[in-house]
Amino acid sequence: MGTPELKIILEFSAGAELLFGNIKRRELTLDGNQKWTIANLLKWMHANILTERPELFLQEDTVRPGILVLINDTDWELLGELDYELQPNDNVLFISTLHGG
Amino acid sequence: MMESAVDSERTMLKREIADLRAALNQKEQCLRELEDSVSFATRSEQEVVGNDLESPGGAVHTKLTNDDIARYSRQLILPDFGVQGQLKLKNSSVLIVGMGGLGCPAAQYLAAAGCGHLGLVDYDEVERSNFHRQILHSEDRCGMSKAESARIALNELNPHCEIHCHSRMLYPHNAMHIIRGYDVVLDCTDNVPTRYLLSDACVMLNKPLVSGSALKMDGQLTVYNYGNGPCYRCIFPVPPPPEAVTNCGDGGVLGAVTGTIGAMQALEAIKVIVGMGDVLAGRLLIFDGSSCVFRNIRIRSKRPNCHMCSAQPLITELINYEMFCGMHATDKNNPTLLFSTDERLSVEEYHRKIQAKPHLLIDVRPTAEFEICQLPEAVNVPLVEILDDSYLKRLGKQLEDKELPVVLLCRRGNDSQIAVQHLRNRFPKHFVRDLIGGLHAWTSNIDPNFPIY
Repeated sequence: MGTPELKIILEFSAGAELLFGNIKRRELTLDGNQKWTIANLLKWMHANILTERPELFLQEDTVRPGILVLINDTDWELLGELDYELQPNDNVLFISTLHGG
Repeated sequence: MMESAVDSERTMLKREIADLRAALNQKEQCLRELEDSVSFATRSEQEVVGNDLESPGGAVHTKLTNDDIARYSRQLILPDFGVQGQLKLKNSSVLIVGMGGLGCPAAQYLAAAGCGHLGLVDYDEVERSNFHRQILHSEDRCGMSKAESARIALNELNPHCEIHCHSRMLYPHNAMHIIRGYDVVLDCTDNVPTRYLLSDACVMLNKPLVSGSALKMDGQLTVYNYGNGPCYRCIFPVPPPPEAVTNCGDGGVLGAVTGTIGAMQALEAIKVIVGMGDVLAGRLLIFDGSSCVFRNIRIRSKRPNCHMCSAQPLITELINYEMFCGMHATDKNNPTLLFSTDERLSVEEYHRKIQAKPHLLIDVRPTAEFEICQLPEAVNVPLVEILDDSYLKRLGKQLEDKELPVVLLCRRGNDSQIAVQHLRNRFPKHFVRDLIGGLHAWTSNIDPNFPIY
């Protein structure tokens, strides 16, 4: 009997990956004994995988303006933002918005 | 002897052709100005008599000509498009803001498809660094207004498309006036303040806004202010921090990537005009060119308390967008100023007093840029390696010598100041200077043969 696990996928796009060791896709296995909201996930990311300037990703415990968060390809604003509770096999995608042309 | 005669003949012919081209451009410009003044006069008259113009062209077409039928036959036979679609396109007017990497292909496909009227907005002039992605401009039109240059190319492609150039910057005070006459607006700009300005103006005038953007190998596309879809502010109520924003001039971009997004902006505009298919509103298309993956993601619909597009908007007129965003609306050089001039080094002074003596010249540009061109004495230590102190492994020994002058340079003289600030904290006793204006200043003041990018 192993400890319960929560497996999710993290993805980064349009430059957001540069803040996370330039890795665009990660498969995470989180401790399934605790409840994982996006707010907890952001803290975990800050502590474990955020390699570049944190202020370019986080501002006051949430994602900074200009980064979109998608859960299973749907805007997190439609799903409760920081309070959304992660489910097994969820895909969380962070996209920097582009402004060039 | 034969060789040199051929050479001089060739040179002479080339010069004559260039002169003829310049004369031709000038005549065409005169003709356009004449036509513009005539059409402007007619339009003002119509406005005086209260004729609210639907499109800048005036008369509504109800029939296709034989030429139209021959020219557009391959799209006319599309069942969802057909004659009605072609007529709608012929009577439509589209404003394209930004004649760069996105605006050029977008304008090209719209003109080719038979869009009746195009408005082109760009304050900038054609330069060589544009050509790889801004495919309407050409060598002989360097220095010409981008809107004018695009008009020449577009009229060659389709002489039936009526084109109006707005060779100026879009400001809060002229945006409403410019946008008002068009049915659909394309955001092909390169900066955050203009994106907010365009979105706000389009909400006020109730115009759909087809918004594209691209950087490096990535692109994004959506349609704002269409149906129940959101406006730019619904998605981005707060502007991003300036340090998180990169433009194509600094980050680079591949032309085929802007081309992909620009062509799709034309497609969405055509769908909006013709009323066919599912318009990309309330969805965002993200394109990762490096793995060739397109993703279509669902974004929120209108924000009920949006400051702009909700039933009770807090913003009822255009504001100062540069101030709102804390950023400039151009990609022109906005120099960083961390030190006073006496703590810095001009390229002339470096050339005269330091270059021939022992010194350490550190070029802090990214390696890909260093490989394009470099000064012979320079060692490449990218800014990130300065800031995380990993340069100490390579240069620690040399930096033990307090007498050795240290000069830092980059492309335009901004990053090198950040590097100096960092180095001075670690080596307060050293002579550490940044090169004012960077390699651009080197080319303009010391060596005109040094490449500029």
